[in-house]
Amino acid sequence: MKDMTQDTDVLLSVRGLSKFYGARIGCTEVSFDLFPGEVMGIVGESGSGKSTLLNCMAGHLAPDCGEVLFAGRDGDLQDTLKMSEPERRMLGRTDWAFVHQHARDGLRMNVSAGGNVGERLMAVGARHYGAIREGAVDWLGRVEIAEDRIDDRPTAFSGGMQQRLQIARNLITGPRLVFMDEPTGGLDVSVQARLLDLLRGLVREMGLSAVIVTHDLAVVRLLADRLMVMKDGLVVESGLTDQVLDDPQHGYTQLLVSSVLQV
Amino acid sequence: MTDYNFAYLDEQTKRMIRRAILKGLAVPGYQVPFASREMPMPYGWGTGGVQLSAAVMTPDDTFKVIDQGSDDTTNAVSIRRFFERTAGVAVTEETQEATVIQTRHRIPETPLEAGQILVYQVPIPEPLRFLEPSEVETRKMHSLEEYGLMHVKLYEDISQHGAIATAYAYPVMVRDRYVMDPSPIPKFDNPKLHSPAIQLFGAGREQRIYAVPPFTKVVSLDFEDYPFEASKAEGACALCGADNSYLDEVIMDDAGHRMFVCSDSDFCTTRRARGHVGTEGVPS
Ligand SMILES: Nc1ncnc2c1ncn2[C@@H]1O[C@H](COP(=O)(O)OP(=O)(O)O)[C@@H](O)[C@H]1O
Ligand SMILES: [Mg+2]
Ligand SMILES: [Zn+2]
Repeated sequence: MKDMTQDTDVLLSVRGLSKFYGARIGCTEVSFDLFPGEVMGIVGESGSGKSTLLNCMAGHLAPDCGEVLFAGRDGDLQDTLKMSEPERRMLGRTDWAFVHQHARDGLRMNVSAGGNVGERLMAVGARHYGAIREGAVDWLGRVEIAEDRIDDRPTAFSGGMQQRLQIARNLITGPRLVFMDEPTGGLDVSVQARLLDLLRGLVREMGLSAVIVTHDLAVVRLLADRLMVMKDGLVVESGLTDQVLDDPQHGYTQLLVSSVLQV
Repeated sequence: MTDYNFAYLDEQTKRMIRRAILKGLAVPGYQVPFASREMPMPYGWGTGGVQLSAAVMTPDDTFKVIDQGSDDTTNAVSIRRFFERTAGVAVTEETQEATVIQTRHRIPETPLEAGQILVYQVPIPEPLRFLEPSEVETRKMHSLEEYGLMHVKLYEDISQHGAIATAYAYPVMVRDRYVMDPSPIPKFDNPKLHSPAIQLFGAGREQRIYAVPPFTKVVSLDFEDYPFEASKAEGACALCGADNSYLDEVIMDDAGHRMFVCSDSDFCTTRRARGHVGTEGVPS
């Protein structure tokens, strides 16, 4: 391949990604690079195309055009949109992880917490019950869920706990890239703060590479190294998080930032 | 019954079912869809099995029906009569004499031989259904060999019961490729799935046929530290003394006395005829 990026250590390269729902714009012409250990935040008001973009990147939605290049473990960039479905699904349970806004979309509600956390291990061939359980206990601890809840179903958990469980379930196999859609959305403010703290700890500790979609600027302020601001399916501004938030250039970003200041 | 074709089904339907059987034999453990026909008996009475039996049966066959090990339940008797009437075939209760055996919930204790066909009645053919209700998704999981979920089910068993508590319909991996539900046979029977006989599985309501050809590798799923065990109730048959057969607990009298007896009635009868006697048995 003739990419210039071949020489750099880019992890994910999104190029000209567009998705239309009939005549309606989902997202258009989005391009950016993500480097290992970096967290990219995508902000914008409801309906601006954040989830569409994220789902196109993660292979849950088929974009109309564009490329989503991902560096395999050998360093070669592969267009994940051109992969066969088995390859893409394999990526989805090994190198990639996806944290849904609604925990119930990302959890098996009829399976115990331990089973939920252990599933990805089993999906990649773990066949030692003791080791799987040990891994689950370790990860429940890391997301501050008491060990004695390991055999409870997520239905018995609070919203915040469910979300932490979903995070543990995703991170246990050490994914190289994590997609998150409004991970703190729909939670009480105090619960959000705790989750955010936890996420920040994990991002630092594991050196996670992530793309996080949110309408909450506090989330990206805390987690994201860089930002893209979306409006009507377009990226209207991007840059380092502090720069964009402290010195917004685009009128829409200025509005977003000021509305946050008002609350 | 002259207004019926041999074995009730018309030849075109039988050909359609035979094609599905051949496909199933060619791809062991794979669930082949087929256009299940209305049979003159309700679903749950083994309409899937009956259609398979009808499709493989020839006038020279000797037919046996087992319902949970027994040849004389209402269900077993009515299916046996059905083929006596519609096909005029010989019937038997002896496993060794039968060429086609239709079964619900058991594999005979007497080892099957080459040339025999064992037809299973299957209520729910999809082993992944328990955790993944979407048919589209389970088909995809089979085609991509994404079977981690089966172990999640076994994990749940161990975490809740301290051991793999699944006692019936224990999932198996067929020839290193397809995870298969062996129908609700006790897991004690699982090792017998590796057999010289042809094994055909039919789900009438769900319209699926699958197969295990002779001598196909069939492995029961498990964990390294919780290996599969073909367990049964401890003890010996009270009537024939067998300690290696699958036992049913039966209530003997109004005082609630219980005893364990062979679930496979033909196996038990044959042993008693040969002079084996259990603690409650009387010499024959
Ligand atoms: N499945 C869909 N069908 C039609 N339009 C959709 C669909 N999903 C999203 N849209 C539209 O695409 C635009 C972007 O939506 P979305 O990506 O969900 O935005 P966000 O996540 O930023 O709230 C919106 O106008 C929305 O109404
Ligand atoms: Mg959204
Ligand atoms: Zn007996």
